[in-house]
Amino acid sequence: MSDIVLFAAFPYVAVVLAIGGGFYRFRHDRFSYSSLSSELLEKRRLFWGSVPWHYGITIVLLAHLVAFLVPGVWSRVIAAPATLYTLEVIGFAFALAALMGLCVLIARRLTQQRIRSVTTIMDWVLLAVLLLQVALGFWVSLVYRWGADWYVHTAVPWLISLASLNPQTQYVSSLPWLVKLHMLNGFVVIALFAFSRLAHLVALPFWYLWRPYQLVIRNR
Amino acid sequence: MKIQSQVSMVFHLDKCIGCHTCTVACKNIWTDRKGAEYMYWNNVETKPGTGYPTRWEDQGKYRGGWVLGGKKGRLRLRLQGKWGTLGNIFYNPYLPTLDDYFEPWTYDYQNLFDAPEGDDQPTARAISMVTGRYMDTIEAGPNWDDDLGGSQVYANNDPNLDHATEEERRLMEEIGRVVFFYLPRICNHCLNPGCVAACPAGAIYKRGEDGIVLVSQERCRAWRMCISGCPYKKTYFNWSTGKAEKCILCYPRLESGQPPACFHSCVGRIRYVGLVLYDADRIEAAASAPQAELVQAQRDAILDPFDPKVIAAAQAAGIPDAKIDAAQKSPVYKFVKRWHLALPLHPEFRTLPMLFYVPPMGPVLAKMDNGKYDTMDAKAEGLAPMLSALEKSRVPLRYMASLFSAGNEEIIRKVYRKLVAVRVYMRAQRVKDIPEAEVQKALAEGGTDAREVEAIFRLTSLPTFEERFVVPAMERETAVEALFPPLDPIARNYPTHKGEVGIGFHHDPQRGM
Ligand code: SF4
Ligand code: SF4
Repeated sequence: MSDIVLFAAFPYVAVVLAIGGGFYRFRHDRFSYSSLSSELLEKRRLFWGSVPWHYGITIVLLAHLVAFLVPGVWSRVIAAPATLYTLEVIGFAFALAALMGLCVLIARRLTQQRIRSVTTIMDWVLLAVLLLQVALGFWVSLVYRWGADWYVHTAVPWLISLASLNPQTQYVSSLPWLVKLHMLNGFVVIALFAFSRLAHLVALPFWYLWRPYQLVIRNR
Repeated sequence: MKIQSQVSMVFHLDKCIGCHTCTVACKNIWTDRKGAEYMYWNNVETKPGTGYPTRWEDQGKYRGGWVLGGKKGRLRLRLQGKWGTLGNIFYNPYLPTLDDYFEPWTYDYQNLFDAPEGDDQPTARAISMVTGRYMDTIEAGPNWDDDLGGSQVYANNDPNLDHATEEERRLMEEIGRVVFFYLPRICNHCLNPGCVAACPAGAIYKRGEDGIVLVSQERCRAWRMCISGCPYKKTYFNWSTGKAEKCILCYPRLESGQPPACFHSCVGRIRYVGLVLYDADRIEAAASAPQAELVQAQRDAILDPFDPKVIAAAQAAGIPDAKIDAAQKSPVYKFVKRWHLALPLHPEFRTLPMLFYVPPMGPVLAKMDNGKYDTMDAKAEGLAPMLSALEKSRVPLRYMASLFSAGNEEIIRKVYRKLVAVRVYMRAQRVKDIPEAEVQKALAEGGTDAREVEAIFRLTSLPTFEERFVVPAMERETAVEALFPPLDPIARNYPTHKGEVGIGFHHDPQRGM
């Protein structure tokens, strides 16, 4: 029963909150969509925090995403032990970078007066949830090796069942609680998306690459 | 030919008295808010000096503006390419920090009332407006080097002195010759703005009708590239709301026919505002001209509003007659294009700034000679007593050229010759102590004539309010009218934000979640 609530109902609630809340916020409070950078106030520590964190987490998330979107291809790629080994090491390295970056960012927020004065409660909530998530993921990859492999046979079918609106919790029900917590907390992060500065994720300005440099807007 | 109109400006530096009234006017209206305390959309710097933020002209450090050197030698942002922008989005290496400006503070005034009785007078300690904590030492402020204060640290580090010779540096420091002048600065509302080009979110734009450069507060996502992209450091980052902000040229005032507040309040009456017509097709060529020709190329992009061809093209481009009329009366057009007296600040940044400066002459070097007040150098050189030889002026031409002509001293010399001609001619008219031959010589050297000189004199020293500020009817209301549904007295759908002109926030600009 609790499996149904946690692994079938809650993910939908989280996604609906993220999408619905995101759209609502975009329509009614667009001003609040901002990455809220604090680089102006403190720069040196930001470098050692923000850069490893963002690049680390981006790569790790992309790996999660690719395995979910094209599990067949992924399985074939990691079929060769050498590739699997390399991928695990690379993933491990980036996860480590993300974790260290996050710790630097948290320490910076705690110790720098200027940064503390622009920190909200939600910032702390988000940082705590993210730290838990990255630490869990890190731990899982340490304790249960070859996650690149078993992820495809457990979490991916579950996620696909969720995506196809036919939730099948049996794929995950027998997993160790550590892994379960990582999955659950992942959806907590998604649930927070629209209510925290995480929303800046969808604002990444890729269209800049195609845009002409100058923008002129006229009203007639 | 693609004709556009631009609200453009001239500052006559000989008239600036460094009173900072302009700064106060601006601050009181626009930046007296949390997160904006450190912003000076208008500031007045002492030159030589390091300016605000410190050494803003040093593009080796801040990477603002454009350089030639993109594909096929075309313009590219000095900051980075478009891919570089995305790559550096998590950390911008060239962003100034608050310490390059200053940490804003207030004082603990309450302590003056509440302190218990004691042997000493109570003090009001400084409190940071960022952290709310006491600040023991205040190390910098927005105008720390006013009037050459601390010149060993500030004036000596002026980036414009990098090209000065040892001799020139020595002379500028010599007691009795020391000289400085004021440089008031606002956003230049450039034709080729670096801030717009650097913003990956597309939040900054140039308003088509009048060329004012604005940041859309709803689109800004705090990627903060504009702050680096602007070589003049005239976009600021609001650390509280997480949005970039900049000078808006008081567009709500302009739209109702008033000059911007800093112009209106200027005590020295150094400021002029007017419309110019320019050819948008020439922007790229003008911005990529060879360094020594940049000033002339920008002048060439500005069009003659009396030329029937230009008028016809402007009308075809939908520019209303009121604006063409304003362009003909524009004081900016006269100073910049007709008289060639006003020059852009640091044209080598290649943003085509639309604020122009008439360089200051600096005080004449004088001394008492046999009980007579006499100008030095002048006699020896056989010149009018009013003026010492240009090449020996207190502020070296090279310094002025570094500020206003991308190093081209010939342009500065021409400006000064004309300004000298105005002084000589007017003195001959009023005091009548200069022989006619010398007046004629000065006029010839200045490349000018009596009629032009009188017009320059009139617009420099006796202009009326209406002559200094030629603000055409913006007709913004008709421009935005089309965006609203027809007014319906039964549904009472009257626009509550006065047609959305001005700052029409629907809710308080508070820091997001
Ligand atoms: S001076 Fe103004 S318009 Fe020009 S680049 Fe800077 S902020 Fe942009
Ligand atoms: S108000 Fe005018 S005279 Fe006074 S500092 Fe500003 S620009 Fe100069």
